[in-house]
Amino acid sequence: MSFVTIFYGISFYVATLILFIGLSYRIYEYATIPAPLKIPTPPAPKTKQGVAVRLIREVVFFESLFNATKWTWLFGWLFHFALLLAAFRHLRYFTDPVWFWVSWEIVQAAGHYAGYVMVFGLLGLLGRRIFVDRVRYISNPSDYLMLILIILIAVSGLMMKWFHTDIYAVKQFFLGLMYFQWTELPSDFILLLHLSLVLLLMIIFPYSKLLHAPGLFFSPTRNQPDNARDQRHIADWAKKLESKR
Amino acid sequence: MAVKEFEKPELQEFTTIPKLVEEATSHLAPFKSKEEFQQSLGYPGELVDNWEDVALDKMGDLLKRYRSLRVYMDSCIQCGACTDKCHYYLGTKDPNNMPVGRQNLMRGVYRKHFTLPGKFFPKLVGAVDLTKEVLDDWYSYYHQCSQCRRCAVFCPIGIDTAEISMAAREIMDSVGVGQKYCNEIIGKVNKIGNNLGLPEPALADTLEGLEEDVLDDTEVDVKFPLDVKDSDVLLVTPSADFFAEPHVDGLMGYAKVFHQAGISWTLSSHASEAANFGMFIGSYDNMRKLALRIREAALELNVKRIVFGECGHAWRVAYSFLNTLAGPFDFLDPRYPVPQHICEVTHDLMNKNVLQFDKSANDDKVLTFHDSCNVARASNMGDIIGGQFTLPRDIIRATTNNFYDMEEETIREKTFCCGGGGGLLTDDLIELRMKGAQPRMEALKRVVEDHGVTHMAAICAICKSQFSKAFQYYGFELDQIISLHHLVGDALIMNKKEL
Repeated sequence: MSFVTIFYGISFYVATLILFIGLSYRIYEYATIPAPLKIPTPPAPKTKQGVAVRLIREVVFFESLFNATKWTWLFGWLFHFALLLAAFRHLRYFTDPVWFWVSWEIVQAAGHYAGYVMVFGLLGLLGRRIFVDRVRYISNPSDYLMLILIILIAVSGLMMKWFHTDIYAVKQFFLGLMYFQWTELPSDFILLLHLSLVLLLMIIFPYSKLLHAPGLFFSPTRNQPDNARDQRHIADWAKKLESKR
Repeated sequence: MAVKEFEKPELQEFTTIPKLVEEATSHLAPFKSKEEFQQSLGYPGELVDNWEDVALDKMGDLLKRYRSLRVYMDSCIQCGACTDKCHYYLGTKDPNNMPVGRQNLMRGVYRKHFTLPGKFFPKLVGAVDLTKEVLDDWYSYYHQCSQCRRCAVFCPIGIDTAEISMAAREIMDSVGVGQKYCNEIIGKVNKIGNNLGLPEPALADTLEGLEEDVLDDTEVDVKFPLDVKDSDVLLVTPSADFFAEPHVDGLMGYAKVFHQAGISWTLSSHASEAANFGMFIGSYDNMRKLALRIREAALELNVKRIVFGECGHAWRVAYSFLNTLAGPFDFLDPRYPVPQHICEVTHDLMNKNVLQFDKSANDDKVLTFHDSCNVARASNMGDIIGGQFTLPRDIIRATTNNFYDMEEETIREKTFCCGGGGGLLTDDLIELRMKGAQPRMEALKRVVEDHGVTHMAAICAICKSQFSKAFQYYGFELDQIISLHHLVGDALIMNKKEL
């Protein structure tokens, strides 16, 4: 085992633990903190089914953002959608045999071109951060660094088109990590850069604004049905006040 | 402390997004609450010695009790979608009046004291200590938010700045820094029953006067009952309706509706206030205490229904929170929602042809309608999605011949706040109020010029008071703002034979 293999092997275990435990803990917190009052924003659905539809529309189309600002929506939606396609393409590194739909030419090709779209969307978002005075005012160093980090992940991934690496060995490495039968990781610079940045992203996820991903599902303005008059909604801590009535 | 002169904004054809001007309104802050009013609400009278610890403890407590606050502190992407959505930003150009700018005043402290990156890398993530300067900024800018929720409609995550403003005000109250206007008013309701501090005899006298006015005007003996047991309806209305203009014409409208429909109704001297300022200061306890007065009055008077008059924030607390705060209302008639809005009552009677209108009575007016922020974005009517927009408009169309909506981007769920909501309707914030009214005034100016609109109807006591001032300030006429039920009252065909 080379040092590189051992280092990255251990790092991926650690990062995966941080990501999953950290994220699970956040979701546990969000799920258990009560929302004491009904605060859905219009147009608010009356039923739980309606809420599900609303959340799907938000997650798939970024509906509220579309209504707010078309440029941010365009860049943001392109980036997220491309990220999803790129993730599909990457599933081939973690499945053996590769899931049938992942091996489809269209999924693989889309995942490849999605890399360019990601970079385009992210550069757009970065541009807004730099050139729109209001967005520049609210931007912290971490906001720029987050965009730059993901841009570098995408660019380093795309660069492997020209700086070839033994992707079969990469796949064996990750399958080995998953099934505890480690194999050597090729030590090509671009690959290691790509993997290092992904590790960093995994580690900071539960401690950063990337929490907007689970946050949306727990946002009371979006996930509550508008039925306050029909059903009494009361938090446990508020119920305790009632004994004093 | 005198209110300083300030530059008058010029109304434009379309509301444009201004270039930001840092510290543009950092000098604005409302008067602070006196010791006695603080203490009567259960808060320290003045800034406590160990206020940093108390404030952080309170913040930690709220983060565990309000999921909204916790999720909204974590989830902001700083994408900027909200930055041009707040009427106070559009009117003042101060970046701390951008919703995210306002949120970040608290988020910086949250990051520093409640997150790891903020502890280890404060500069990187904009984390700051809770210093006296930060507290002063909080006091200034969390009192430059009318909690109108326009930002929450546009945020991709649904982050609601109102939730954060409310939490900030609760934290400040808990260390002894409260706002005079809100806290004095809550004290008055606790003591007397309404925001104006109008005691029962004065209220009875006022209502008697209104009976005479309506009789003179219409030759119909419309009653304004007070504390009449076993009535069908308990009407809870903002106390401004008892004598402020144009509010009182609305109250006369409700009375005519009840009279014509033959519904027995009463006001209550115990619950003679619909508005609940406990919401403005983010205090569940105070909000609940005020809401319970309505329950007590309903039980005491043995009514079957509770109906709310025209009041935006009141209707938010009534529609969205009353069942939570003071429910269950299983002692009321189950055939009616609890509570109901006066527009729901009128709309229903209109559809059943119980009410007939002579639209020509309002032919001297060309109407537009202002969606009050808390009705539009925090409530509903008629139990149909969007009913809070359609019911009032249906009523206006049924009672007038001339109605034009303002521009789509400024009405319904995208409506602009009047500029005086959320506990800011006080003269010590007049600069903020006038600047915050600018986007609405611009939209109004367009329909005045394009369609000859003469009057704007509203269903909120705060909007009506705020526009009375803003209209004069921006060169409209004071009486161009009217109560929706003023239109109803004027157009309603009354049965005169009862005399």
